[in-house]
Amino acid sequence: MTLLAIVTLLPLIGAIALLAIPAEEEGLHRGIGFAVALGTFFLSLLLVPGLTPAQWNSVVDWTWVGALGIHFKLGVDGISVFLVILTTFLMPIAMLSSWRSVQKKVREYMITLLILETGMIGAFVALDLFVFYVFWEVMLIPMYLLIGIWGGDRRIYASIKFVLYTMVGSLLMIVAILYLYVQHHEATQVWSFDYDELRRLVLSPREQLFCFLAFASAFCIKVPLFPFHTWLPDAHVEAPTAGSVILAGVLLKFGTYGLLRFAMPMFPSAVAMCAPYLTILAVIGIVYGSLVAWVQTDVKKLIAYSSVAHLGFVVLGLMAWNGRGVDGAMLTMLAHGISTGGLFLAIGVLYERRHTRRLDEFGGIAAVMPKFTAVFLIVTLASVGLPGLSGFPGEFLILLGSFDSWRTWGGMPHMFGFGSHPKIIASVAATGVILGAVYLLWMFQKVMFGPNNNPKNKQLPDLSAREIAVFVPIVIAAFWLGLYPATFLARIDPAVTQTLAQFRQKAADAPGKGYTPRMLARDSAPSATSATAIGAMDGDHGQPGHDHGSHR
Amino acid sequence: MDEFPLYLIPLLPLCGAAINLLFGRHLPRAAVAAIGCTAVAMAAVLAWKAFALLEHAGPSGVLTASFFEGDWIYATEASGPSLHIGAGLLFDRLSGVMVLVITTVGFLIHLYSTAYMEDDPGLARYFGYLNLFTGAMLILVLGDSLPVTFVGWEGVGLCSYLLIGFWFDKEQNAYAGRKAFIVNRIGDFGFLLGMFLLFSATSTLKYSELGAADSMGALQHAFLGKWSFAAIASLLLFVGATGKSAQLPLYVWLPDAMAGPTPVSALIHAATMVTAGVYMIARLHFIFAIDPFVLAVIASVGAATALFAATVGVTQKPIKKILAYSTVSQLGFMFIGVGVGATGAGVFHLVTHAFFKAGLFLGAGSIMHALAGEEDVTKMGGLARRMPITRWTFLVYCLAIAGIFPFSGFFSKDAILAGAFAFDADVPGFPHWLGFAIYAVGLCAAFLTAFYMFRAYWLVFGGKFRGDPHTFDHAHESPPAMTVPLVALAVGSALLGLLGIPEAMIAHANLFEEWLAPVLASGHAESPHLSAGLEWGLMLCASGVALGGIFLARSLYANGISPTADRIAEGLPRLYKIVFNKYHVDEIYDLLVIRPLRAVARFFWKVIDGLIIDLILVRGSALVVDLVGRGARFFQSGDVQRYVVGVIVGTGAIVGISANWTACNAAPFEVTVAGADVTVHARGMSPGQVARPKNQQLEYSFDFGDGTGEGKPQPSSVGKHHYDAKGKKTITVRVRDPRWDTRSKESRTVVIPGVPAEGRGGVR
Amino acid sequence: MIPVENFLILAAVLFAIGVLGVVLRRNALIVLMSIELMLNAANLTLLAYGRARHDATFQALAFLVVAVAAAEAAVGLAIVVGIFRNRHSTNLDELTLMKH
Repeated sequence: MTLLAIVTLLPLIGAIALLAIPAEEEGLHRGIGFAVALGTFFLSLLLVPGLTPAQWNSVVDWTWVGALGIHFKLGVDGISVFLVILTTFLMPIAMLSSWRSVQKKVREYMITLLILETGMIGAFVALDLFVFYVFWEVMLIPMYLLIGIWGGDRRIYASIKFVLYTMVGSLLMIVAILYLYVQHHEATQVWSFDYDELRRLVLSPREQLFCFLAFASAFCIKVPLFPFHTWLPDAHVEAPTAGSVILAGVLLKFGTYGLLRFAMPMFPSAVAMCAPYLTILAVIGIVYGSLVAWVQTDVKKLIAYSSVAHLGFVVLGLMAWNGRGVDGAMLTMLAHGISTGGLFLAIGVLYERRHTRRLDEFGGIAAVMPKFTAVFLIVTLASVGLPGLSGFPGEFLILLGSFDSWRTWGGMPHMFGFGSHPKIIASVAATGVILGAVYLLWMFQKVMFGPNNNPKNKQLPDLSAREIAVFVPIVIAAFWLGLYPATFLARIDPAVTQTLAQFRQKAADAPGKGYTPRMLARDSAPSATSATAIGAMDGDHGQPGHDHGSHR
Repeated sequence: MDEFPLYLIPLLPLCGAAINLLFGRHLPRAAVAAIGCTAVAMAAVLAWKAFALLEHAGPSGVLTASFFEGDWIYATEASGPSLHIGAGLLFDRLSGVMVLVITTVGFLIHLYSTAYMEDDPGLARYFGYLNLFTGAMLILVLGDSLPVTFVGWEGVGLCSYLLIGFWFDKEQNAYAGRKAFIVNRIGDFGFLLGMFLLFSATSTLKYSELGAADSMGALQHAFLGKWSFAAIASLLLFVGATGKSAQLPLYVWLPDAMAGPTPVSALIHAATMVTAGVYMIARLHFIFAIDPFVLAVIASVGAATALFAATVGVTQKPIKKILAYSTVSQLGFMFIGVGVGATGAGVFHLVTHAFFKAGLFLGAGSIMHALAGEEDVTKMGGLARRMPITRWTFLVYCLAIAGIFPFSGFFSKDAILAGAFAFDADVPGFPHWLGFAIYAVGLCAAFLTAFYMFRAYWLVFGGKFRGDPHTFDHAHESPPAMTVPLVALAVGSALLGLLGIPEAMIAHANLFEEWLAPVLASGHAESPHLSAGLEWGLMLCASGVALGGIFLARSLYANGISPTADRIAEGLPRLYKIVFNKYHVDEIYDLLVIRPLRAVARFFWKVIDGLIIDLILVRGSALVVDLVGRGARFFQSGDVQRYVVGVIVGTGAIVGISANWTACNAAPFEVTVAGADVTVHARGMSPGQVARPKNQQLEYSFDFGDGTGEGKPQPSSVGKHHYDAKGKKTITVRVRDPRWDTRSKESRTVVIPGVPAEGRGGVR
Repeated sequence: MIPVENFLILAAVLFAIGVLGVVLRRNALIVLMSIELMLNAANLTLLAYGRARHDATFQALAFLVVAVAAAEAAVGLAIVVGIFRNRHSTNLDELTLMKH
């Protein structure tokens, strides 16, 4: 049962262990750090077999601050398990990719990465909002250091921008968390940050709206949703390769994961109110991000803007709020981690050789680096969303879901007149399919094809064994996700179905005027634990759904 | 019938591709070529075997298989039907004939490539891509649902991209590849939306389920005004088809695609991939046929494309460009076929075209091979004796495409034109003479086809050599690996037509169409039926037109470029220039689409991102904080003693204010008056407060304003009093919170009637 | 028995003297001594109440304050000595480094 705690805390323990080793032993630091990350990856794989997708698995529930009702409570379900594995998967790869390129403060570098890993895993599996917030902030600082110490020329500006941007959102979020905490106490006389408890709290639509906006501000900045995205290109450009991989591969997912896990189930009527706006912002993000990516001259910036577009797809899928859309959003989150991580790794390979990221410095590389061309092509096409590679199933499901979102989603068509008809919105979003090909193939052509005129590009060495080891897992994952997504859907789909059912139930139970804080009846909470018994004040509300929760 | 391993048909070429792409660079060149050819040959053998099984199963038999058990993509829905997409394959007569064409013609082209690409350093890459393409194309035609077809659809687009840009060190090759991919993606956008709409209406994307009665019923529901789901969906799917099959207005990528190696042009850009759109429409003909408007649009686009591309083909000089425009034009014919309801004829033309156009490209490749890569037909000539096999086979292909009896093109083109002539559906929005107009346009295009093909033929083989004599000396017939496919394709081009002899000739229904009928049968689009006499007339007319084209070409080009031809070009300088420059379509697209989009993108980046969001909003808010901080610095003198003064003053202020600070209010209290008895309910809450903290214990004291003085503080919030006299009384409630010793009071005046009344009056 | 008010008045006077010393004097040492005075005024208050209520808790608190005051004095004096070594002055008006 403590497997999850081990997976979460192992990197932290590794980081502490590294402190005991003299700073000069750089090889040892790299080796141990890598071994810890790899071990974490293999341990995290053990979470998958025997996973019951629609409930919390391998739950850890340790009392932390008993008087305040803070529990160190962790657990995974079908939604979070692959995000955890994505994290543990990318971390050793990121370390391996920076084997050569990072020579400054190696010990601190490895420690930073390991603490970052603990922060990320913890935030994905935290079932206590306080613990979630702690992990959320824990991962902010190492990323700040990664950019600020090992970054490029404008690293200070970029790192401060990154921190301030994210802080603004997360501070609003902690206010909302505390509000929920207090309201929960009002309703039950029990102090608790427990996710399953707070999720059952029924708030008035107005309260929901404010809390949702506070949560959403944290998550939308992290996503990043247009127009909160301008920190991303700067952070990506300045971050070292490993930082970019982690940032794009995992960190951005917290925005969408948070929306799915926290913001939407807790505040259903607020989501109903805001979904059209978020959908429009997502679609703007898709088109806008793609177009801006197309005119970039810096490869990393181009990919950063492509992330804006891809994550726009994810938000679009979440806001469709049907099985297709949310399943697709989950798949796209994974796929984006793989493909964009791969793209940043590829750019890292080029940067290591040429120390530039300008598109016009390259050209004709395909002739001298055939192996690199192959992997770069595969990750590019995965990002384009070619069927058979990782990007397609998710994008397909998202578009299909948002195309039909009116079926399960009232209120939307009237928001902005005919132009916001879900089919129109989905059609506009689908232009992202064209634009994705436009800017990514543009990049690929500029870098790889054409005559190899630049004398600096004539003698570039092809991928080394280490670099091949970096890319092979990425390529395998890209094909796996594209050819047989059922492996992932088998876990994601039941969990998503259940979340949606809970959402509907809670949305149907929206309180009228003159309400007092109260709790939904304990019904289908995906809880396998014996959390402190809390009697619902109004037992006559919130009938258990019949189409779900059968696992209890 | 499920036992047959259909999935091996696409998997074998894919395995070949995997081997060649992963390890090909370390294998001997002969092994690379052998793997590439064997994979396709084995697929072809399997395909023929499957075909035999299918024939055994009778007219409506199908073979099915799946790559793996279970769903490929799925999503559960709480309300409404869930999504299930398998990885299934479907081998019926329609996909069967496609598979046979792909594997057979594909094998011949692979064989041809072994010689053609002999010296290329990227041989392994080439065969890898070619096998990958074959596999993807097979998935496209074998897929049993739209998404599986879409996998192949995109896969062939990818291979096309890679093979057009095969010699990527030339910028324009890479550009042409990218252009092909992106224009195809524009089509795919329509394909995707069409697919979504079909799913919206029917909740399935499987061909067999789409054709079921309830799906068909759902598709006929109105979606947008008078437009049914089927109409909009099939128009969107047709956009996909125009992209892949190079129809107006998305044909622009195909001429540029000739940058790839010639066998690639033969396989992908003539025989197989570009016909995918026609195949898709034939596959879903029952949906396209629901709204005749859609059919009319398809036929009109096809006709316009056929004529448009044929005119451009007349003026082109590079032989591959001529063939490319010819392909666009012939694809237009196929669309006429599927558009006017003669789906079988369209598919028939697809098959015959695959043979003669692949042959034409391979022939062109053979010529270019001999002339060290020369493409310009005006610099050729007199090659007839040097390359006899190429010459005779080329002649067969030219006769076939021109539609001369009894070559295959004659029968397939005739079937299409007859279908157009017979198309008399009265479609709203179109004139009733639409069928005849399409027929006439088709006839013009047929005339131009005959003309430009024989122009090319005579410019290449007739007259004297017009290029560098040195090159001519080296010109020689190609090796057997190239001529064998040429001959095989020529045989096919000559004889395949016999499968589709019209009823008028042999008093038996058209064999090919009859054979496809179980798959293509649909209630709506009954194959048009003309009287035998009329059909004979149409055939004679078409033959006459084709012969006319040939004779015109002969008179102008049989002995080199005749002065007349030049005079015509000079006589119509404007027209010639516009047509020669392909109507400037590329430039127009560049001006109207690409440049504005890039300008908008730049505006987004520089103005919205850089200026508005980043500078004004983000750094602007930082500036505000900075300014506030600068202001606040004034107080931060650094002098500790001043701080202490601040602390003292602040403390004093807090103490002073909190002395009168109330944690709660008595108000609003309620007074119930009953005669001389009053009852006061104090709630001890602030006006906006909804509930008082549970553990807050307050002390209340009541002054009833009649001189009895203030009562003792009591924990109960209810005060009762009996008045001795009537009149106005002022009631004061004092509340004290003992924890903080904070107090507040509230007063109100009530009127005491003094006598016990029957009704209780209440004042709030 | 002396009423508790007398103690309180004395404590208030001592506290006021301490406050004035902290605010007005320029010598860091004297400021420190003034702070001690304020702390002891607080101690006096505690003890007065303790005596009036016969509660030993107040005395315990007073001891705690004495201990904290001792620690504070030690740290404060160390800082003052450090500053004097660096700047050869203990004039508070010159010690405005916190501003920068």
